[in-house]
Amino acid sequence: MTKRPVQFQLNGSPVAVFTDEGQNLLDLLRRGVGDLSPKFGCGQGTCGSCTVLVDGEPRLSCLTLAETVEGQSVETTNGLANGPDLHALQEAFMENFAAQCGYCTPGMLMAAKALLDRTPRPSREQVIEAISGNICRCTGYEPIIDAIMAASGQPVRRAG
Amino acid sequence: MAIHKGRGFACINYPIGMNLGGDPSQALVHSTPDGKFMVSLSSIDLGQGMKSVTRQIAAETLGVPVSDVYVDTADSDTGPHCMGSFASRGTHRVGNAVIRAATEARKALLEAAAEELEVNASDLETDGQGNIQVKGAPGRTITVADTAIAAQFKQGRTLSGRGIFLIPPSDVDPDTGEMTPVSCFAHAALVVDLEVDDETGEVSVTEINSAYEVGRALNPRLVEQQLIGGAWMGVSHALYETTEPYYPDRSHGPEDFNSYLMPGPGEVVNHNIAVLERPAEDAPFGGKGPGEMCANPVLPAVANAVYNAVGVRCDTLPITPEKVLRGILANGGARPQGSR
Repeated sequence: MTKRPVQFQLNGSPVAVFTDEGQNLLDLLRRGVGDLSPKFGCGQGTCGSCTVLVDGEPRLSCLTLAETVEGQSVETTNGLANGPDLHALQEAFMENFAAQCGYCTPGMLMAAKALLDRTPRPSREQVIEAISGNICRCTGYEPIIDAIMAASGQPVRRAG
Repeated sequence: MAIHKGRGFACINYPIGMNLGGDPSQALVHSTPDGKFMVSLSSIDLGQGMKSVTRQIAAETLGVPVSDVYVDTADSDTGPHCMGSFASRGTHRVGNAVIRAATEARKALLEAAAEELEVNASDLETDGQGNIQVKGAPGRTITVADTAIAAQFKQGRTLSGRGIFLIPPSDVDPDTGEMTPVSCFAHAALVVDLEVDDETGEVSVTEINSAYEVGRALNPRLVEQQLIGGAWMGVSHALYETTEPYYPDRSHGPEDFNSYLMPGPGEVVNHNIAVLERPAEDAPFGGKGPGEMCANPVLPAVANAVYNAVGVRCDTLPITPEKVLRGILANGGARPQGSR
């Protein structure tokens, strides 16, 4: 099997690793680099739990060939917090109880970050659109939508 | 062709845990040398918040800050035995075991402190802030941390406790068949409002109103979280999810998330919840546990609302557009039950 060198920025730091032929970005991040924050869910691009940002755009890393990120900037949930300071989205997810089992959370956070980076004050409909490719089994989505609205500094429509 | 509104009601008496065989759980509590407390369990937190709730229960029983308690559920091979995280039993069964273990550990803690302060252990109280003091004499005090150090490095004493909760196995009365299958019930009532399109057969849930009686809500936000997420899953089971849509025929079954239907973030239903608190006698601090019954009553309420809307009684789940349309066809048209 041919090994191929690939260099990219991962959460702001340069990474140089060898990728196997046909290896997807999720596998490279998890096994090659050791960043376990993107999760393997379905492996066919239908659940969103492997979502990472490539040059700011949300990508399903399980469907992205690793060698295609050469020279690009990759962001994962591991890069969200600044030392002990959580990202505003992480704080909002915590405050709004937007995670139960937590498996979808990294993908949700990255999909939400891509949205807020582009649209700092999205409408509720835009939030729903942004996470519509991410499956959550526990929360019923409402706390996640609330958390993203809260992270953008907008009022939360609470249930109950 | 029209949209028909329907309203359905369902209520539930939900047994907590399963009594046959005693349904036991165990807990072990011990102090680290710096006066923090570790709760060892084999019960697993699936995201429902069991670690948070058992941590609260242990801290409350021990009389120490919740930040000084850790819950370890690492390994069911090496930890104390637990039947498991199912049947909505975690808070009730495991919580009771934790209370017993923490009570024994607290007794050891106060005995060690009494030796240091040269008083009787029964004269001591905790302030919940990490201090142990003589009742009525708050000046005579020792920290939990100092007590732990003294116990473990001077007195030669462990600050630990063991706990098990086992419901007496219920025998069946040979004459009457009477037995006690369960000791603790939670309750809920739920109303679903929805719309049925008699042209497409599509059902859209518009609002859910529910009242849940879960004993004392030991962690109100976690209870609310479970109720919101559980109702979503109930709607999903009622209208979308199946692995065998033409059971027992296996054809047209979903093979992946592309074809396994679930409501997404665009189908979130407004859900108004009232949590009623009637602390249960045999429950830890009165808390029963919402668990599975978050989802259960949604299914019959949706089925009843569909009947109310178009007069179609679906007795298999999920209630797909195909079933609704076949029902309407068999009835010779939509038959709304009562005016709304």
